[in-house]
This record gives sequence, C-alpha cells and structure tokens, in this order.
Amino acid sequence: MILFWALAIVLLASAAWCITAKRPVYSVVALLLNFAALAAMYLTLNAEFLAVMQVIVYSGAILMLFLFVIALLSSGVAPFSVGPNRVPHIVYPTIVLVLVTLGSLTWALARTTITTPVSSPSGSTFGPPGTADVFGSVADFGKALFTTNLLAFEITALILLVAVIGVILLAGDQPASEPTKRRAEEVRREMREAILREGDR
Amino acid sequence: MNAMTVPIANYVALSSVIFFIGVAGVLVRRNPLIMLMSIELMFNAANLLFVAFARAWLHNAGHVFAFLVITVAASEAAIALAIVVAVFRTAAHVDVDDVALMKG
Repeated sequence: MILFWALAIVLLASAAWCITAKRPVYSVVALLLNFAALAAMYLTLNAEFLAVMQVIVYSGAILMLFLFVIALLSSGVAPFSVGPNRVPHIVYPTIVLVLVTLGSLTWALARTTITTPVSSPSGSTFGPPGTADVFGSVADFGKALFTTNLLAFEITALILLVAVIGVILLAGDQPASEPTKRRAEEVRREMREAILREGDR
Repeated sequence: MNAMTVPIANYVALSSVIFFIGVAGVLVRRNPLIMLMSIELMFNAANLLFVAFARAWLHNAGHVFAFLVITVAASEAAIALAIVVAVFRTAAHVDVDDVALMKG
C-alpha cells in the first residue's frame, strides 16, 4: 500500500512535469521517470513480462526516438521556436467533465468487490514475480499470446509493417531545404578558405 | 494473499488522473513533441488499468491487450515523429496550428 502511494506520487509528479516543462528535453526526462515508475507498478501487479517490455519499448525505443527528433530539429540554422501555450475555451467544461467522471468512477468501483479467482484461464496461479509459470510470467504470457490471442498477434505484426513503410515514405529521401543548402555552401566556403590559408603558410 | 492489497478503485483514480494530465497536455501545449509525449501518457494510463484489472480478475487477456497497446504506441510514435520531422525540417518555427494542409 505504501509502495502504491509512493509510486503514484512519482507518476503524477512526473506526468505534471512532463506537460509543464519549458524544453522538450526536460519533458523526455520526466517521461522517463514516469515510465520507470509505471514499470515498478506493473511489477507490484504481478505483470513482470510487461514491466520488462515497458522499460525496453518505451524507455529504450520510443524515448530514444523522441531524443533523436529533438536533436534533429534543434540542430538546424537556429533553434526552433513554438507559439505560446493556449487555453482553449473547451478546457473549463472539460475540467468539470473530468471531475464528474473521476468521482463517479471511483465511487462506483469503491462499492463493488471483485473476487479474484484461484487460477487464470490459462491455468496459472498467483505467485510472487520471478518464479516460473505463475500469473504474469513470460511462460504464462506467451501461452496466452500464442494460443487464444494468436490472430491479434498477427495483426500487430501487420501494423508494425505498415508503420515501417509509412515512416520510410514520410521521412525518406527528400531534397535539402533552402536554409540547409545555404548553410552547406557556407561551410564549404569556410573550409576552402581555411585550406587556402594553410597553403599560404 | 490471492486478493489485491490495493483496492481497484485506487488504480482507476490514479489512471484517470494521469489520462487527464495527458489530455491537458494535448489541449494546452503547442509544441508537437510535447503533445506526442502527452499522448504516450494517455496510452500508459490505459495500460495501467488493463494490468490492474488483469491482476484483479487473474486473467491474461489484460496483459495481452496491454502488450498490443504498447506495440500500437510504438508505431504511432514512429509515424508521428516522421511527420513532425517531414513538416518542420524546413521551418525555423514549430507550431502545430500552422499545419493546416489537410483543412477543407
């Protein structure tokens, strides 16, 4: 219970930091903290395979991608700027809606009790993470993924293929922009002059 | 030991708050990168609920679904970042409101 509250505080604080940070790099750091805390929370929920996936896919792959794009966009002629933040007029009705949803959901769920079954549909029983064949272990997860949910797994492969083709189409070979060409010309001229100076000496 | 020590309502409340923080990020911020990160926050809030309910019902379907959500989030991030790079590579000013090419 203490662990839950500690992780919840980390999760909320890092989420708030992520959306309020001035520079995108700080947002990435906040998001990293958020994902790490979430992985720990998955472990407390006996989802050890998903905790590992969370660290590998989110912290390892997606955040790296974000960092690369930030570096790419900031490395141009001038650092990029964004417009001021906006508070659209739908924000205030949304806040009311949020409070109503949150209140009713929590109230309804606090009244219900879920009786946890002894064993899962795939036959695994509850046990501490790290032991073989318990609920949420790699074996248990793999059994569920490759038997009952095989079609969903295949469709995921298709989604990844489409994403790869889309990214290649979007970010593939494109002619260089005017500022990039100008900068390249400047660099070339500077190098030529430097070489000529060296030759004079 | 079989039942959860933390009531499910706590997870629902925590997950909704994280989700709405993500919604606020998308609505208020104008940096496309931070908007994308807010979307990732929302994905994670949904995933937390899947895992929490999977634990409550001792059912693997929640884990499989969370796994699929992670995959979709990865594809989404890759494509969205490719769009951001393609649109803003030439511009010095990055503003999502200026991207209205598809507007009717």
